[in-house]
Amino acid sequence: MATDAERGSDATAEDKRRLDADFSSLYKTHLRDVYSYAYYRVGNHHDAEDLTEQTFLQAYRHFERAQRESKGRPLRPWLIRIAHNLAANYYRDRSRRPQTAIDDADALASSHTTEALVQDRDDLKRILECVQQLPDDRREALIMRFALGMDNREIARALGRTDGATKVLLHRAIRQLEELVKKAEAGGE
Amino acid sequence: MSQSFDIEAKLRAALAPIEPPEELSLRMESRLGTLVELAADELEAWELSSLSDPRNWPRAALRPAAAVVVGLGAGAGLVVLRTRRRRHKRRAQAHGALDLAERTLRDVGREALRVFDDVTPRR
Repeated sequence: MATDAERGSDATAEDKRRLDADFSSLYKTHLRDVYSYAYYRVGNHHDAEDLTEQTFLQAYRHFERAQRESKGRPLRPWLIRIAHNLAANYYRDRSRRPQTAIDDADALASSHTTEALVQDRDDLKRILECVQQLPDDRREALIMRFALGMDNREIARALGRTDGATKVLLHRAIRQLEELVKKAEAGGE
Repeated sequence: MSQSFDIEAKLRAALAPIEPPEELSLRMESRLGTLVELAADELEAWELSSLSDPRNWPRAALRPAAAVVVGLGAGAGLVVLRTRRRRHKRRAQAHGALDLAERTLRDVGREALRVFDDVTPRR
């Protein structure tokens, strides 16, 4: 029976350096993804920064195992799942939900006008507000698809669902959002 | 269908990726750097503490010594084996017990040199 000391000897300094380099690469590649997810999830920069930081710290603790078990698959869904769980705790612990779509929707919407598809700022603001009205799972699925550009399989892994269930979830989220936007437009006119 | 495309285009525009603030990136890199250093220190501390633990001495210090002993034993065995192979020839050529002992010692020395040459790297 191997002792803790003997098991520890297996983790050589070289292994550790390689692991740290891999984690550094993961962090650099996905910082924006995690921050975007956190921001659209919690609705303000302060909490999004906190959530992003906690996500990477937790990821670092479990990185070796995740890398071993991923068998070469991308680790982005795993990272987003950590952020998803932390965000759930964030709401549960503080008994709150985002009050508005985002804390500076005007500034955000104006920054998007350089996109190929030029949108009216009010339209974008309305969309964001409607996204926040969706049930948690539908809202998250839309954030993952449209803010992070994740495909069905990645979203399924992040949410712990099957590919089929994820496809249905996205479809229903978009349909519900359309209804909400229609209502909002009708109410605004 | 076109309405669906429209809402998806709007979603894509509304949910554009957000660049993290520069100060978050700097803070994160600093914290992760500290974690990496702490982990490296922990590993180094473990290596040092493992030397002070007698249970780890066989691996840390005695293992090379054991390898030398095993190597010497194998070499000696090889010398004995090769020397014994020539015993009939030595007996036939020897003039008395003293001469046989001398011839045996010479063979042992010769075989020891051959084994030594075999295990040392070629120059």
